[in-house]
Amino acid sequence: MNNNQSKLSTPLPTREGSGGGSDIILCGVGGQGILSIATIIGEAATKAGLYLKQAEVHGMSQRGGDVQSNLRLSTEPIWSDLIAEAGADLIISMEPMEAMRYLAYLSKDGKIVTSSKPFVNIPNYPDEAALQQELDTLPSVKLDIDTVAKDCGNPRGANMVLLGMAAPYIGILSVENLREAIATVFARKGEQIVEANLKAFDAGIQASNP
Amino acid sequence: MKKLLLGDEAIALGAINAGLSGVYAYPGTPSTEITEYIQNNPLAKERGVHSRWCTNEKTAMEAALGMSYAGKRALVCMKHVGMNVCADAFVNSAITGVKGGLIVLAADDPSMHSSQNEQDSRFYAKFALVPCLEPSNQQEAYDMMAYGFDLSEKLGEPIVLRVVTRLAHSRAAVEVTEPKAEKSLSPATDQWVLLPGIARKKYVKLLEKQDAMKQASEESIYNKVEKAAAKTGILACGIAYNYVKEALGNDANLVKISQYPLPEAKIKALAAECDELMVIEDGQPVVEELVKGLLGAGYSVKGRLTGDLPRTGELTPDCVAKALGKETGAVFAPAKNMAARPPQLCQGCGHRDVYAALNQVLADYPDHRVFGDIGCYTLGALPPFQSLSSCVDMGASITMAKGAADAGLFPAVAIIGDSTFTHSGMTGLLDAVNDKANITVIISDNLTTGMTGGQDSAGTNKYEAICLGLGVEPEHVRVVVPLPKNMPEITRVIKEEIEYKGVSVIIPRRECIQTFARHAKEKKKTLPQTPPLQGGE
Repeated sequence: MNNNQSKLSTPLPTREGSGGGSDIILCGVGGQGILSIATIIGEAATKAGLYLKQAEVHGMSQRGGDVQSNLRLSTEPIWSDLIAEAGADLIISMEPMEAMRYLAYLSKDGKIVTSSKPFVNIPNYPDEAALQQELDTLPSVKLDIDTVAKDCGNPRGANMVLLGMAAPYIGILSVENLREAIATVFARKGEQIVEANLKAFDAGIQASNP
Repeated sequence: MKKLLLGDEAIALGAINAGLSGVYAYPGTPSTEITEYIQNNPLAKERGVHSRWCTNEKTAMEAALGMSYAGKRALVCMKHVGMNVCADAFVNSAITGVKGGLIVLAADDPSMHSSQNEQDSRFYAKFALVPCLEPSNQQEAYDMMAYGFDLSEKLGEPIVLRVVTRLAHSRAAVEVTEPKAEKSLSPATDQWVLLPGIARKKYVKLLEKQDAMKQASEESIYNKVEKAAAKTGILACGIAYNYVKEALGNDANLVKISQYPLPEAKIKALAAECDELMVIEDGQPVVEELVKGLLGAGYSVKGRLTGDLPRTGELTPDCVAKALGKETGAVFAPAKNMAARPPQLCQGCGHRDVYAALNQVLADYPDHRVFGDIGCYTLGALPPFQSLSSCVDMGASITMAKGAADAGLFPAVAIIGDSTFTHSGMTGLLDAVNDKANITVIISDNLTTGMTGGQDSAGTNKYEAICLGLGVEPEHVRVVVPLPKNMPEITRVIKEEIEYKGVSVIIPRRECIQTFARHAKEKKKTLPQTPPLQGGE
């Protein structure tokens, strides 16, 4: 698993070119912590004075099944809570197969940012090599976020590593917006936790920016 | 002030700020977060707003009606199928009328994300002859609470507020208003005694109010008209309005419908300007059928019944855009390396041990059937356990097992959770006891209402007493601890009780691992305030 980090094929998008909104699908397996990523992006967007809609999945589907959240940010009012097909600028996924579950929603110029590490809790999980190969044919960035999180001393911060990886692609928010939001959201857990999560976030940015 | 709120939270805060005195509810996705928000809200706590969970939707509806009788504002919350449970009380509350404002919140679940059907609660409002509000976004959900309580008090009738999963569980910024005072105690002075003689008069009174309800819909700020030069007129109900705006922007010739009964004059005016109408509504084709009747057979009305929109499932921006001729479609083909990932019981969950033991014992009884119920343990129907033959409605495990046993089926086993048992299982158990039915009932007690996120369960610590009180023989009320190490004991107990020709109840009891972890965390938080522990054990 040394070659998990694929090189970016295209340069990072510029803020000017990113248009009036970001439509993001956050996904993974129930219990992997995608809602905390959503909370941080939501906090950053609110602070930045953006319009926001965020559709979440609660209830039975959270029990170890596939989960996703539709996150829409814009400088203009937003109508639909859900993202249309071919409408997502970004798919952020805690799990590689889950990243591909929502391909119908990925826009022509969209990007997938995902953990490379499969979460196998079903008997018919696809062949891992074939899965990684298919992911490589798509506009994707993947990384073993668990290892990166461990390496920077925050094994529970894999989702912050992932958010860091995705940060350069959330055109409508700056990296600084997101760092501030992490500090706000984790403030009640103490400075140490804030620092550890910022460190994981920065490691994610480094990893996605060769 | 703006706050980022889930649709459910907007409803909760809207109710509190409208002077709510009590919320009555049983947990059910996607409505649960409303009551939870009120339970944790500082102002609601300070005011002592009632927010404790009820045993089921019927007890909730009746208690709320009682609070309304006393002159205060009350809210009842439930998922759509909860309307079936409280239907008797709800339908009759339209006949008695209300005193303090009463809102009946029904959260529908089209696409059945966490449900057994996709029934549409707007039918219930029409059935009971009361108004229904259907917000299109989180702001309207907030605003409609004060509006709904006012309308309820003005008409003297309960108001149904219908939301769907996508609104209940989606967040957006909401402009929040200053809280109003609660209503003071002022009990109704007329008789709410629905003896035939009084009920007949009250029913006529309810019918006389229908014109005022229609008038309120025609004048409602929520039923707005938007004009454009299009030949297809659109009726956009509730959140369907958002999908229409997403697809057409300002090019839609439409009536937005967020208050029922239907604003018939507005609909007829739109029909007169257009060649046809397209009805876009989440859930079942309620409005489509009504409008067909309103406009007559000669006028073209499109929607779910004509196939222009899918007959089942929730609306999406895609199916609405397609119906309006604006389909975009996917760019990327579906992934080849893909598998379904259904939800499953947590690793370490006590229900797992119950199913493992049950399957082991029942392997010796090829004719066995296990009748399931509603909760996390319904997942026992899926691999790896595949133990269940049925799951129909709250409490049906016990009564269906009884009916099957009456027919001669053996062994007939019922499995039901602790919260579901007190919700609707107790009365069925009494039937079984009175009939000496040959059934084995397993009350899988995890000390919580698990599937909806761990709310208090009404009968905790009372199960043995309830079963004994209902007449189950003391030697056939058995308690076990579902852990892998106890497998020999659990299987022995199950086997013995299946062999007993009568009603037996087995209670495997171990706390839900989710609430266990949460409680451990809460305990840890309070530790620094207690003196440090001395030495090791």
